[in-house]
Amino acid sequence: MKSINGILISRWGPAITGAFVGAAASLLVYFGNPGNMGICVACFTRDIAGALGLHRAGVVQYLRPEIPGFILGAFLAAFLSREYLPRSGSSPVVRFFLGFFAMIGALIFLGCPWRAYARLAGGDWNAIAGIGGLTAGIGLGIVFLWNGFSLGRASRSPAWAGAVMPLAAVALLALLYLRPLFGPEGTGPVFFSKSGPGAAAAPVAIALGVGLLVGWMAQKSRFCTVGALRDLIMLRNGHLFSGVAAFLVSAFVVNLLLGQFRPGFESQPVAHTNQLWNFIGMALSGLAFTLAGGCPGRQMIMSGEGDGDASVFVLGMLVGAAFAHNFSLASSGAGVTSFGMTATVIGLVFCLAVGLLLRIKLD
Amino acid sequence: MSEAFVVDARGLSCPQPVIETRKALEKHTGGPVEVLVDTVTSRENVARYGESHGWKAVKEETDDGFKVTFTR
Repeated sequence: MKSINGILISRWGPAITGAFVGAAASLLVYFGNPGNMGICVACFTRDIAGALGLHRAGVVQYLRPEIPGFILGAFLAAFLSREYLPRSGSSPVVRFFLGFFAMIGALIFLGCPWRAYARLAGGDWNAIAGIGGLTAGIGLGIVFLWNGFSLGRASRSPAWAGAVMPLAAVALLALLYLRPLFGPEGTGPVFFSKSGPGAAAAPVAIALGVGLLVGWMAQKSRFCTVGALRDLIMLRNGHLFSGVAAFLVSAFVVNLLLGQFRPGFESQPVAHTNQLWNFIGMALSGLAFTLAGGCPGRQMIMSGEGDGDASVFVLGMLVGAAFAHNFSLASSGAGVTSFGMTATVIGLVFCLAVGLLLRIKLD
Repeated sequence: MSEAFVVDARGLSCPQPVIETRKALEKHTGGPVEVLVDTVTSRENVARYGESHGWKAVKEETDDGFKVTFTR
């Protein structure tokens, strides 16, 4: 185990993790997850919001076991290597809304950065505009970072404070196992889609196993798809970017082998062809993720390590997903809604204000 | 050895510890520069940054985190 962790910590760690996540994303589609959505932190968090009844979009409700898997895998990896470090206090409410608007942007595009790369590797060329927007959003975030943007310092919390998210992950898995359906019409309080993307799911054991492994590997290697572009642009450092490159290659190869590579713009699974809003949606997400310090996958991993601020960001994403569907903000295969456009502009104004106004002077 | 310039990057989110390290290393070109961090991630990130820019990085554990000392 030590030698495997040693490799994951090394300079090859992000690439090995990226290759695994990419291959797993394509394989999970083969095993039943929605098209080009083998792994998507935003979409799966949205499905969980639906399963918990926080929104009632019937086609996207499922307790995706990958998400608790990420948190628990990261928790175990961190705990066993003495990296479990409960901490919080770095502008948590701002982080909540960064998570909220990151989710709005992701659901305008229809995917988190992981899915953006998975879509590209599946031949969905609409992802190109999304990745372009993501890069632009990260670039804007870098301008703020160079000019002293900071959400302030976190400080240490009591040991048990960091156990809340891992315990919540266990609770989600318990709800998935127990499937409580004692609502008035034989459904709820937990909801499971009968059709649509929420009904497309790989077997629980496979999904959870992949989630745990990804959580473990990403905790050790610090795999981050936003940090990848940020460090490449900002510091000319390709350490994390090797993970994204490996993700793209392995997801593409596995898609090719499984006959899942279908190039084109039209009729792509869970995608629309409005390139302007694909770009703007992901620009909002990219900016929010950069201001918060990492992509949604990385925020999940950090929440498993005991980072209370990352946990608040994740909860913001969960609530953002609920609002996205309750307020008709989320896009669909039919395209973007005018409500969604408005919310994206509000989100951009919020993130720009955060980037401009929040700073601390060190020393 | 002259007295080290100290950067306190404890509790800061990614990538601020690296930004502060970079600022300090560019300002104090002769070193030494000490960077205080509180997570293994930040320790590795700042050490990797310094080493890729020609500095020698020595990592130590402290009471509440880590200290990375950069020398030329």
